[in-house]
Order: sequence, then structure tokens, then C-alpha cells
Amino acid sequence: MKIQLDFMAVLAEWPLLLKGVAWTLALTAVAVVVGTLLGIACAWVRGRGFGDTLAPGWVKALVAGYVELIRNTPFIVQLFFIFFGLPAAGFKLSAETASVIAMVVNLGAYAAEIIRAGLEATPKGQIEAAASLALNRWQTFVRVVLPPALKKVWPGLVSQIIIVMLGSSVCGQISTQELSYAADLIQSRNFRSFEAFIVVGAIYLLLSVVVRHALNGLAARFLFGRG
Amino acid sequence: MVDFSLWDIVRNLLLAARWTVSLSLIAFIGGGLVGLLLLMLRLTKRPLAEAFVGAYVQLFQGVPLLVQLFLAYYGLGLFGIDTSAWFAAGMGLTLYTSAFLTEIWRGCVGAIPRGQWEASQSLALNFGEQLRYVILPQAVRIAIPPTVGFLVQVIKGTALASVIGFMELTKVGKTIANATLNPFLVFSCVALIYFLLCFPISRYAKSLERKLHVAR
Repeated sequence: MKIQLDFMAVLAEWPLLLKGVAWTLALTAVAVVVGTLLGIACAWVRGRGFGDTLAPGWVKALVAGYVELIRNTPFIVQLFFIFFGLPAAGFKLSAETASVIAMVVNLGAYAAEIIRAGLEATPKGQIEAAASLALNRWQTFVRVVLPPALKKVWPGLVSQIIIVMLGSSVCGQISTQELSYAADLIQSRNFRSFEAFIVVGAIYLLLSVVVRHALNGLAARFLFGRG
Repeated sequence: MVDFSLWDIVRNLLLAARWTVSLSLIAFIGGGLVGLLLLMLRLTKRPLAEAFVGAYVQLFQGVPLLVQLFLAYYGLGLFGIDTSAWFAAGMGLTLYTSAFLTEIWRGCVGAIPRGQWEASQSLALNFGEQLRYVILPQAVRIAIPPTVGFLVQVIKGTALASVIGFMELTKVGKTIANATLNPFLVFSCVALIYFLLCFPISRYAKSLERKLHVAR
């Protein structure tokens, strides 16, 4: 049997691909910003050994439950629960909103554990030094504990961000118009399913390399620039 | 209109969970074997072999599992192989798992001090013997916690097999949700079953890790 691949038929649909890339990057960008903040908050509640947290026990239990629940269930099930399950309970969400929420919630839980490891590695002397400078709890956390902790765990966090970006391909299943949805749309137009997914796979590969470099570069330049 | 009791839903989901577990085991064992092969290939230190494995890992870690499964599904069909969802999902997940496991294990072998290699070399052990008697026994010890931890990723990964029509937990859950018109309850149950599968393994991996650190 002779197999003929026709990539031009797929590439001719470049506006769809471009739109898909834009959606994938936009979803990821929101997830990174909000998810990381959520992760920091959860890590602060859950962590120990960098100045006691004031959060009451039930908040800690709630956060622990959230983190373990998300880390031990598949992203696609979380997405389906939010998109199909929540409307039945009275929360109507568009596909895009459901996707963003699912990604934020997902990244938040993983980021919490990654960042917590960084927070808990803070040397005791740093906190004592901050206390002796009369910094309050908030100042100590934001200015003394958090920056070096983030710097320490940044490579791990970036890896998780890439995983979440690649995971966003699942959002096409609820008709969010991201990159893998574009592949699905293209193959339904020209029946070039294999070629469509090869092209889209290559784009994802490229995105994962570019985003990793961009995040590492950005962090070095803006986040940790002043050392 | 048939009425579904809670027990009907849970029973059918539990039956479907068998296929999730089976597929996870296939992927984990198959991926372990392929991963071991790739590890050996890499440890030979031949530039070509190292470049190949490096590219392999980058490829499978940089492309979404969903796209990999679609490629396995459509690709096998293109080559005239009669693709069942079983075969495509099994193969896709095996390749995916192998890339991650080989990378995890490389780190573990890399953590063995150079002196161990040199010492075993000075005892005139050949490459295979060095691995078999000196390096691997030590590397396996540190490799077990992250490997067990990765099993959780594999189980969660099998949920994606639902998109190529594999009737596992997620797919059956979606079908039941459509039939019962109660997605909230059904997907809660689905998530709970995944949690009950994964959480003990996560805990076990964590406790193994803790033990390892105490031992050192």
C-alpha cells in the first residue's frame, strides 16, 4: 500500500492554526498568572517552618483536600466536571471560561506543592533577621521568604506550566477553540487527520521549547533580576 | 426512560474502572520495558544513541498526550493496520510512559557517584557487569519512589484514551452522564474513583521517599 501524505492541505488552513495557537497561549497565560498566585496562597497556608501561618485548622484542611484532590484526578475529568457537572448545579459556564477555570485550578494545586518545597527550604536565620528588622509577617513573607523560594523552584514550576499548556489540548474536547481543536476542525474539512495532528504536534513541540525559554528568560530578567 | 439508581451508576463506573486499571498496567509495564531499553542505549555513551534518546524524550514530553494518542490512532490506520482503540491507546501510552521513565531513571543512574563506575571498571567488570552488579542495584533503590509516583501520572493519562473511543472510566462516565442527565453526580463519582485509585499510590510514593531520605 502506498501512503501519500499531504501536508499542504493542512498548512493551507493556517488561519485556523494561528487562531488555535493564540487561544492556547492566551489560556496558558491566564493560567500561569492566576494559577501561580493561587499556588503561592495555598503554599503559604500549607507550609511550615517559615514563620507560623495564622490560617485556622479548617482552612489548612480545606487547602490540603483541594491540592490532593486535584493532583490525584485526571485533568479531563476536572474539566468535564466543571463544564458538564457545574451547570447541573446551577453554574452556567461557557467552554472558554470552564477551560480557564479548570487550568487555573489544576496549576494552582501543583504550583502549591512546588512552591511549598521552596518556602520550607528557607533558612531559619533569614526569618530571624527579618524579625530583628521589625518586619511584620506580611513583609517578611513577601520580601524575605518568597523571592528566593520562587527562584529556587522556578525550573520545576516552568516544567509544570509546560505540562498544563500541553494539557490544555484537552479543552478542545469541550469545543474551546485551542490548537488541538483546530486540528480536529481541519481534519473534518479535508480528511487529512494524520497530517493535521502531525502539524499540530510539531507546533506544540515548538511552543513547549519557546515557552520554556521565554519563561526562564523573563524570570531572569524581571523576577529575579535584582538578585 | 430508564431510571438509574446511584448503585447502577457506581456499579457501571466500577466495572469501567477495570479497563482503566488494565490499560494503566499495560502502559506501565510496556513503558518500563521500553524505557529500560532506552536507558541502556543512553548509558552506552555512543553520541548517536544519546542523541536519539534525547530527541525521543523531548518529542514525547513536548507533544500533548492527547495528540500522541490521535497520531497513534490515525497513523496506525493509515499504515493499513486494523486499529482497535485498545491497540492505539496501549501503544500511545506505552511510548509516552517510556519517555518519562527513561528520563527519571537516567537521573537515578546519574546520581550514582563516578567512583562506583571507576571502581567496578578497575575490577575488570565489563559494561554489562558494571550495570548488573554495581550501578543498577544502587540506582534501583533511589528510582523506586519516583517510579511509583509516576504510576499516578499513567493512571491519569489513561483518561485521555477516552477521546479515541476507549471505553474506560472517563468515557463510560460521559456516556452515563448523557444517559442519566445527571453529570454533576456522575463526574463526582468518576473523580472519586480516580482519587481512590491514585491517592494511596501517591501516599505510598511519598512514604517511600521519606524512608529513603532517612536511610541516607
